[in-house]
Amino acid sequence: MKKHLSAFAIHFAIWLAVLFAVYPVLWVVSLAFSGDGGAPEPRVIPVPAHPGFGNFRAFLGFADDGGFGLFLTQLGNSLLVSLATAAVAIVIATPAAYALARMPFVGKRSAMRVLLATQMFPAVASAVPLYLLLETLHLLDSRAGLVLVYATTAIPFAIFQLRGTIETIPVDLEEAAMVDGATRLQAFVKVVLPAARPAIAVTALFAFMSAWNEFILAATLLSRKSAFTLPIVLQSYVGEHAASWGTFAAGALLVSAPVMALFYLVQRQLVAGLTAGGVKG
Amino acid sequence: MMTRLLRFACFCVSLLVLVTCAPAEKAPIFVWHAYRGNEAKALEQLSQDYGRAHGVRIELLALPYSAYASKLEAAIPHGHGPDVFIDAHERLASYHRNHLVAPATAAAAGDFDASVLDPLRVDGTLYGVPLASKCLALIVNEDLAPKSIASMEGLLESPMPQGVYPLAYEAQSAYAHAAILHAWGGQMLRPDGSFGMVGPEAEASLETAKAWSAKLAKEPDAALVTQLFTSGKAAAVISGPWFLADLGGTMKVKVLPLPMLAATGKPLRPFLTVEAAMLTPDGAKRSEVQDFVHWLATDAEALRVRSTVGKQVVASGGGGGESETTRAFRDAAKGAMPMPTLPTMRSTWVPAEQALRKALRGDASPHDALEEAKARFIDAIRPPPPPPPKTPLLLVMGAALLLLTFRIVQRVREPGFRAELRASKPAYKYVTHAAVIVFALVVLPLIAGTATSFFAGTRSDPTYVGFANYAAILTARGGDLLGHGSFYLTLLVTILWTVLNVFFHVGIGMALALLLSREKLRLRPLYRTLLILPWAVPSYVTALSWKGMFHRQFGAINAILAALGAEPISWFAKFSTALAANVATNVWLGFPFMMVVTMGALTSIPKEVLEAAEVDGATPWQVFWRVKFPLLKPSLLPAVALGAVWTFNMFNVVFLVSGGEPDESTDILVSAAYRWAFTRDAQLGYAAAYAVMIFMLLFGTSRIMEWFGEKREGK
Repeated sequence: MKKHLSAFAIHFAIWLAVLFAVYPVLWVVSLAFSGDGGAPEPRVIPVPAHPGFGNFRAFLGFADDGGFGLFLTQLGNSLLVSLATAAVAIVIATPAAYALARMPFVGKRSAMRVLLATQMFPAVASAVPLYLLLETLHLLDSRAGLVLVYATTAIPFAIFQLRGTIETIPVDLEEAAMVDGATRLQAFVKVVLPAARPAIAVTALFAFMSAWNEFILAATLLSRKSAFTLPIVLQSYVGEHAASWGTFAAGALLVSAPVMALFYLVQRQLVAGLTAGGVKG
Repeated sequence: MMTRLLRFACFCVSLLVLVTCAPAEKAPIFVWHAYRGNEAKALEQLSQDYGRAHGVRIELLALPYSAYASKLEAAIPHGHGPDVFIDAHERLASYHRNHLVAPATAAAAGDFDASVLDPLRVDGTLYGVPLASKCLALIVNEDLAPKSIASMEGLLESPMPQGVYPLAYEAQSAYAHAAILHAWGGQMLRPDGSFGMVGPEAEASLETAKAWSAKLAKEPDAALVTQLFTSGKAAAVISGPWFLADLGGTMKVKVLPLPMLAATGKPLRPFLTVEAAMLTPDGAKRSEVQDFVHWLATDAEALRVRSTVGKQVVASGGGGGESETTRAFRDAAKGAMPMPTLPTMRSTWVPAEQALRKALRGDASPHDALEEAKARFIDAIRPPPPPPPKTPLLLVMGAALLLLTFRIVQRVREPGFRAELRASKPAYKYVTHAAVIVFALVVLPLIAGTATSFFAGTRSDPTYVGFANYAAILTARGGDLLGHGSFYLTLLVTILWTVLNVFFHVGIGMALALLLSREKLRLRPLYRTLLILPWAVPSYVTALSWKGMFHRQFGAINAILAALGAEPISWFAKFSTALAANVATNVWLGFPFMMVVTMGALTSIPKEVLEAAEVDGATPWQVFWRVKFPLLKPSLLPAVALGAVWTFNMFNVVFLVSGGEPDESTDILVSAAYRWAFTRDAQLGYAAAYAVMIFMLLFGTSRIMEWFGEKREGK
């Protein structure tokens, strides 16, 4: 009986949290499916007024002539930039995180400090210098430049996150491998990487998402429609005087769908990480 | 394993190759704009037609309005801008000051009224080719509004069906309020560039707005005004030509010039803005660009398309086939007052709006609110101090460098340093690439950003002011140290904001992760996916959804409160409730991150340890505090520290949800910095000084924490 009760309590608590998480999104959904002419009234349950798909059609470009091809290109840009950001961040951060977690070296503490310090500086001061830097590198208006910019925020975070995780992995396994004749690199690749896989997945997901949703830098750096990422397009529905909130909401839902799908995939990895990773204490 | 790694490497390389190859471009005419909907469609159609007829490619780029000005300011001075850009004349003075525009006298030859040309002049020279004019008018629903509207008072008093408001307009916006102000004979900005919204006329205008607001819908923003009108809940609205785009075809709508204010005997007089094609210095050199702009502004076909497809009130002539509503807007524009182009105009909006809101809420008398607004305006446009000698800065920098060198030399001379360095060699192989990238792309721009904090004035001609920006921040600009908007008060708010957020983020995130880590839990994947929703949906749309939920009259939160039998709350009228609204939104946005991080960390706790604890008879509570929590701590601590830093600098939520309401009291340090950078005359140097102060605060705090941590470990 007590067991049932506690199971009930757990589900109840989780459902409360789910309600809290989903409720504002339901308002976005309701807005996205609403047609014109709904009256404003205080409502508890979000139901679309005059439901329809007009907003989704408008965002996908069916309303304009031949806009759907452009939408696909921009979707491709978003995917490419976000995947590349995640890949670059992980490739660069993982070895550095490993060294910071496991190996003593001169300047380690200062390095950690500088890394944390970079996160403390509000972006309001560095946007202009960053623009100049990309200009000198001839990377303005290119997806590679955007990836580089996103990676700068993703790398420090990835290093922190992975260093923390690697420190929790028992050092015995590596030592055993090295006693058996493995080099440091082999121990890193064959022992540490598999064990850190869940954390790497989470970190990659984070890098992907931050790149996927960003628009201010993207709009400032990119100057071609065919190079735009989706959040810029989304933001274009908010004008100076008026905004198409319905289209905006529909676009936001479409834009976040891939992230949801990705999370669903990565979460399997998260669970699998435990059994496949071979962390046997 | 190796082959998999190799495959991954190949994947990364191919990604990079894909990313870097971009198609080459020829040199067409580049036009940037922030239009959407009909106006964008008309411009596209015209560009294609012109391109086909004249054998030149017109490359249009639609940009989000929120990033428009900053992109122009970044791109044009470095030669990466367009040849032409379209914007309202309101920001022309600031564009001119930053050398983003070239004289347009030649391209503007043609049949223009002086009323649309004058606003585009700076110091007597014409800097734009007028395309369209925009002003507010009265848009009425003919089924609901009285047949003839003699005065605003008449409209507001006329009998309405149950639940229908006689009028809806953005009462809290200074732009809309200006029409009432002008009817009373007041002005926003005096011709000499000083703040004009003071005195008996301005006070009377606030009284009028307050009297009206009692009869109208609460907290009306643009979306609510539209919604009220389209659903037949408002008989009339005060809005501009853009409003018509949102209306369906079924409504019987008439556009009238703004009516008389019976109390003054004068009509409401809105601001007139002129939208113009502005030539950049590079674009003005090309004759084909001049020709295109001239054609766009004056050709009969171009006028017809912009008028009929784009629904614009075109600035030249009537334009063939102009609709009745468009013509009505043209009539309304005749009585409108051109918005001043003086550079200080940009700094009037925020103080004026704050005074307006204060008066509407009844927090202050109109007189006090306006006097305060004037003081804030004067403070915001205060000229930079005279350039001081450079020696103090050089001394400080020299001392800092000397100290750094001393520390390094000291370290190098320590016994065993060489051996240590030799032992570090293998580690450097793992970190060098990351160090180089972080240094080049993160540290260097930050150093450059810091350098701007020693300057004041505009981006194109900054003047060196030494430590004046810092001195002004630390002395609260000569005002009360804990007074409105002072650095110290904002700091206290920021700390409160950070503590509340981090507490809830970690608490909720960790609790959910622990609940979800039970393997026997049913529906686990579903729960996980639903709980991550706040993180997955772009925050700028969900933050706005939250803002809507906190609406006084139509918000879901007050609806829930009402269902529970509680009184509705004006969320953004008081500091405590406005802060609560911001915190609720940010907790909602941030807890999934802590949840996912905890979930990741939980998976690296060996199962055997937990099993062993259970075998030993530990209760779940003990398992958590004695086993899980200590094991989680090392991998969670950096995430919590980062989370705290991010929250400290979380600009979006504060900006989108409360917007600093009431009266900038919920601003945190970063949003204060943004105010200086974007709404108060673009004082980038001052904003940079704020950023450096924020940095030093955070860095100092982290060093102190580190020191305490070491001390405890050392014990």
